[in-house]
Amino acid sequence: MSTGWSRKDLLGLRELSAEEINFILETTDAFKQVGTREIKKVPALRGKTLVNFFVEPSTRTRTSFELAALRLSADVINISATTSSLTKGETLKDTARNLEALHADILVLRHSSAGAPQFLGNRLKASVINAGDGAHEHPTQALLDLYTIREKRGKIAGLHVVIIGDILFSRVARSNIFGLVKLGARVTLVGPSTLVPREFEKLGVEVSHKIDNVLPNADVVNLLRIQHERQRKEYFPGIGEYTRFFGLTKERAKLLKPDCLIMHPGPINRGVEIDSEVADGLQSVILDQVTNGLAVRMAVLYLCGGIATT
Amino acid sequence: MSAILIRNGRVIDPANRRDKLANLVIVDGRIAEKSAIRDPQSAIEEVDASGLIVAPGLIDMHVHLREPGFGHKETIESGARAAAAGGFTTIVCMPNTSPVADTPSTIAWIKERAAAAACVNVLPTGAISKNISGEELGPIGSLAQAGVVAITDDGHCIQNNELMRRAVEYARMVGVPVLDHCQDYNLAGNGVVHEGYWSTLLGLPGWPAAGEEAIVMRNILLADLCDHPIHCQHVSTAGSVRLLREARGRGVKITGEVCPHHIVLTDEAIENFSTNYKMNPPLRAQADVDALLEGIADGTLSILASDHAPHADFEKEVEFDAAPFGIIGLETELSLFLDLLVHKQRKIDIARLIEMYTVEPARLLKINAGTLSIGAPADVTLIDPDLEWTVKIDKFESASRNSPFDGWKLKGRAVRTIVGGKTVWKL
Amino acid sequence: MKNEKQSSSPGVPIMDADGIRRALQRIAHEIIECDPQLAQVVLAGIPSRGVEIAQRIAEFIRRIEKIDVDTGIIDVAMHRDDVGTRAELPVVRASKLPVPLEERTVIIVDDVLYTGRTVRAAMDAINSFGRPARIQLAALIDRGHRELPIRADYVGKNLPTRANEKVWVRIGSINEPDGVWLIKE
Repeated sequence: MSTGWSRKDLLGLRELSAEEINFILETTDAFKQVGTREIKKVPALRGKTLVNFFVEPSTRTRTSFELAALRLSADVINISATTSSLTKGETLKDTARNLEALHADILVLRHSSAGAPQFLGNRLKASVINAGDGAHEHPTQALLDLYTIREKRGKIAGLHVVIIGDILFSRVARSNIFGLVKLGARVTLVGPSTLVPREFEKLGVEVSHKIDNVLPNADVVNLLRIQHERQRKEYFPGIGEYTRFFGLTKERAKLLKPDCLIMHPGPINRGVEIDSEVADGLQSVILDQVTNGLAVRMAVLYLCGGIATT
Repeated sequence: MSAILIRNGRVIDPANRRDKLANLVIVDGRIAEKSAIRDPQSAIEEVDASGLIVAPGLIDMHVHLREPGFGHKETIESGARAAAAGGFTTIVCMPNTSPVADTPSTIAWIKERAAAAACVNVLPTGAISKNISGEELGPIGSLAQAGVVAITDDGHCIQNNELMRRAVEYARMVGVPVLDHCQDYNLAGNGVVHEGYWSTLLGLPGWPAAGEEAIVMRNILLADLCDHPIHCQHVSTAGSVRLLREARGRGVKITGEVCPHHIVLTDEAIENFSTNYKMNPPLRAQADVDALLEGIADGTLSILASDHAPHADFEKEVEFDAAPFGIIGLETELSLFLDLLVHKQRKIDIARLIEMYTVEPARLLKINAGTLSIGAPADVTLIDPDLEWTVKIDKFESASRNSPFDGWKLKGRAVRTIVGGKTVWKL
Repeated sequence: MKNEKQSSSPGVPIMDADGIRRALQRIAHEIIECDPQLAQVVLAGIPSRGVEIAQRIAEFIRRIEKIDVDTGIIDVAMHRDDVGTRAELPVVRASKLPVPLEERTVIIVDDVLYTGRTVRAAMDAINSFGRPARIQLAALIDRGHRELPIRADYVGKNLPTRANEKVWVRIGSINEPDGVWLIKE
């Protein structure tokens, strides 16, 4: 039986069709089951080498990809910016070429430059999986978000998904927007006008700066981490003001429908974008997201890794 | 005596308001009367220009020749050959070299190198501020004496309005025009593409149109205040065009130039993160392109140039954020403008196109070029306005290959370039 | 090797719907005879036709002995030893087996037994769930050409074939009758 997947790279959700996204989600069902077996390992990528090339650091995503690869029986190498020769002035292209010369089959790349995975994917025979490129896309995060919604609510089309936070600089937001809109959800973005400009409406979503108006008819609320870093100081005046206007506090959480899901890509800033109690509450599926992330990444590695050599 | 007779071409000489089928005579490197050919036995080189346009040698007043210091991207020698291949007999080079062209000795070096190795006329510009750092005035008077035709901090832009004001006043004293790359650093931020739909979609930092317009406005105010010409380089936004139109209507000494990429491409081109679409100012939206075309048609934008910015392959072949800005342009600009402005959109006729490449820059820079007057240096460009050709960048004269136009099919091309009576390039 | 392409003209008919029914009924009888502890048996089908066949065998056992035998699904796609060498990547599906498997007899059920590689992958998959007391194999058709030392415990029909022939099984289709055909190339 032929498959609905023919790409060696996963660069983003913008270029995927709804059919391809659904295919990944269906494949994820099979790999989620592996996590319930006694021996949580299948030989699908045995003998293949996967390199986690995290030029921008991350522990959670990297660990998730590493575990996914190990469960598929692949060999895993982890390289970060500081341990790579990028520090010696080697270009990204040369570093990747060197990895290919070592017969790396799959390259999982996180980089602060938008377009970096595409840059490598066009030049390498190896599969390139985008683990986050600047503010552009983080496809596996959005896929696991979609999977979690589908798992809990049975569908995506017709649901009202609200994404709250620093949208402008968020790759998680963009990938989610592309995936949700393609699969027929209604999307509303909420946050300060400096971080959620109306320009986003051209992507097929609604924009609101009044969280209390939007929460009562949300089916899913996805909270993005607010960055503390100083470069945002021109965009909003600080954490206190953010929480007051946009934080999902205990009180605000009461506005939600009882079956509304609360999601967060992690790591959570308790007390900033979400109250501690709410993060641990019944509507929160934050931990399910983590489990599903592993299954989604196994599916993605299986699909792309299987194509590279055929 | 050496003589050239260019026969049967359509001679377009906007300085002398001439546009007719005629012969052009060159004697000893200068434009001459027909009667100047006295000696019937002397060898006369005959060039058949039927079907061609015979124009004054074209001037590109915005070129980066990269020497001294960045010879791996381009040299004065290779840049000049590229200019000749594009139909240009005079190019004006920018001072963001290494060292920066902010001392008379660097200017002298450039002029010597050009005299020895360049097959076209090379006119240097000098920096406005020391080391182009935007902090202190450079030795503008000495630079003028050393022979710069203008001052500019191109690549950079003086942010301190007071400093810019003083620089313009000083330039007025020595009589050199000021060229400015209009960019407000704070508004532009770390933008690498136009702030609009595509930057929002792709998550790339954007450079809003207001970042250019704020400085265009600044320059209009200062040109008025100081009563001295300021030239806005590579104008790219609708708002800039509107500001220039209004100011010029009042007689302010402000001019604007257009580069071909800003009218043949839009920001949609960045979709695949190819760095050959990364330039400064960035490619803008269709509404800006339309406004630039109107600005060219009504004369608000009066000068055409390339902003030829060579970079080596290994410098451009990196992730989008990390790549340097700019593309080469000498060998494609004339064809791109002819193809779009004259043939496809019919915004201007070919005589005006030639005027924008000759009379207009010559007037601004106060140089003796851009005409076919009797006695003028015999810088002549022959153009076949209807020649259809496909761009092949691996055949270019330039030392660099960073161009997005490979494979483009264009109509119109220079076919022969004559400098001082000598053919330096022909198709 | 699984025969996955459906051709429009089936070829030489080998078994019709009745023939299949009788073969599966006989297999059910054989299992009842050979596996006295039916409650410990798991009929684990390999998708997609093996799953249908396993369910039919279980239904026969239920009718004959009035005992409900567990069924399951073993997806072998992720256990194949040829990932990356085939032209198309096989579709993966979720497996389902009752756990724990200790003390149970898992009978792998498939439509066609050919090289044996699919069955090897199925045994691999079973091992990741646990360690059953016994693994057996039931195949509707055994067409020979084994590449591994694997044999079926229960066989519907032995069918000698050539390597360039294909065996096509249709079972469980809503509109069309069950059957087995031999397609000569």
